[in-house]
Amino acid sequence: MPVELKDVRAVAELARLALTAEEETRLVSQLNEILGFMETLNELDTRGVEPTSHPVPMENVTRKDQIEPFAARGDLMAAAPEVAGDYYRVPRIMD
Amino acid sequence: MYETVIGMEVHVELQTRSKMFCGCSADHFQVAANRHICPVCTSHPGSLPVMNGRAVELAAMTGIALHCQVNPHSVFARKNYVYPDLPKGYQVSQYELPLCSDGWVEITVEGQTKRIGVVRVHLEEDTGKLIHSGGSSLIDYNRAGVPLMEIVSDSSIRSAEEAYQYLLKIRQIVRYLSASTGDMEKGAMRCEANISVREAGAAAYGTKVEVKNLNSFRAVRNAVDYETRRQIALIETGGTVRQVTVGWDEPSGTTREQRSKESSEDYRYFPEPDLLAINLDEKWIQARQAELPELPEPLTARLEAEYGLRRQDVALLTEDREIAAFFEAVVQHPGTDPRQAANWITGELFRRLKQDNTDIGATKVTPAALADLIALVAGGSINQNVARDVLGILWAEGGSASAVVESRGLAQISDTGELDSVVAEVIATHEEVVERIRQGNPKPLQFLMGQVMQATRGKANPQTVTELLKRQLGLE
Repeated sequence: MPVELKDVRAVAELARLALTAEEETRLVSQLNEILGFMETLNELDTRGVEPTSHPVPMENVTRKDQIEPFAARGDLMAAAPEVAGDYYRVPRIMD
Repeated sequence: MYETVIGMEVHVELQTRSKMFCGCSADHFQVAANRHICPVCTSHPGSLPVMNGRAVELAAMTGIALHCQVNPHSVFARKNYVYPDLPKGYQVSQYELPLCSDGWVEITVEGQTKRIGVVRVHLEEDTGKLIHSGGSSLIDYNRAGVPLMEIVSDSSIRSAEEAYQYLLKIRQIVRYLSASTGDMEKGAMRCEANISVREAGAAAYGTKVEVKNLNSFRAVRNAVDYETRRQIALIETGGTVRQVTVGWDEPSGTTREQRSKESSEDYRYFPEPDLLAINLDEKWIQARQAELPELPEPLTARLEAEYGLRRQDVALLTEDREIAAFFEAVVQHPGTDPRQAANWITGELFRRLKQDNTDIGATKVTPAALADLIALVAGGSINQNVARDVLGILWAEGGSASAVVESRGLAQISDTGELDSVVAEVIATHEEVVERIRQGNPKPLQFLMGQVMQATRGKANPQTVTELLKRQLGLE
């Protein structure tokens, strides 16, 4: 099923991207091209192959439940577009 | 006749020291805003999450306690949505391959035991807190990234009472495991219910409504009742139930429609590339199994069998693991009657715990002191009323029951000679009452008994007093 303009608009809306008409058209063709690659991959017989979530041969990387405080929280907040006292501030979100 | 069909999603904050994917403290209750944050939980570019091994263990233990299968292979996934409670633009959760699946819990409603299926137990991260103020929303990320466990039931819950009992059971289990405080008031346990109604006996489900904001046990009960009545009324007047998300509004006791939510498809779940898969072998799972404490059901069965207690008393004692442990610590003192111990704990002690809003771990009454108190009553050294006062003193000051009785001179007076004169005096000063008794009305005897108790500051042996009263009044 090819990607249509309405699909691009729906995904852009979910990702809160404001696309121009030209970008929308370009993405329709680019996404269809990507789906085309997938179709090529689909030619492979993958019956009996376990789905892979990660390509690296590693698993279960965990850390101990220990508190390691981050010292420069001021730097984090300074990087925000806006703060109010101890809080990050954003335009009011409608509930 | 209609039937309510309910499925519950319970979110439980895990009691870990640090957050799910970073070393920030997981403590966020009454902490100044944005104190426990780092590049990971505030989603700075280039930061990478590493899972908290203890959170995985606690969630797996919960799954085992809920009779789930711990899956040998599970994967974290990104749930994509744009909302500032998580600045990444997604929540790390689990989707297709959760940590645990296919379990059940047993609830008891009106004496009937029923199994509720547990579809899955998975791990995710909690979100930050938003405060809407004027034209802005203020954000505190202390809670962002705190380990959160989601427990999803099947739709076999049929009433508000069953929903309530299910939630109680989940809380009891996570508390037994010390996996969570389960404290709904502090948001450590939160719940959503999918509610639909259908004609009794119908095969198909009705359209479900998702109810959010169920922040107390009472809210769960009230919201299910309200939503059931609303949906039935709607159907009966020719309307149709729409699939919507509503929020429970406690003050008005109603549900209110919330903004339409993304559908599952809109979340565009995909495996989280920054976190590796969790692959657990049988040995690991057995180690978790071995780490489980004695769970409520086996403990209940054991207390009933071992101590000959009534089911309703055992139910009270096992509500909380600490209480049951306290009970067992009391009865291990030789000669302590388990029923007396159960009565004291579920009666006086519970009343005081509730009154002072505290828990058993924080009281000054030790198991040894309670065992001593029970022995003093059993041996006739003090009567029941004095014993209650002694418990009050132990509650306030701690110490041993015997020491309290001795230092305050509370020992029971059973000595006939000493009581004889008190009884004689009471009889002498209440001629009118005595006359009525002599005329054949035995009721005022209680009054005279009260007078003797007052005169002896409650220390008289009630049995001895009754005997003496009857003898002196010539009633025998």
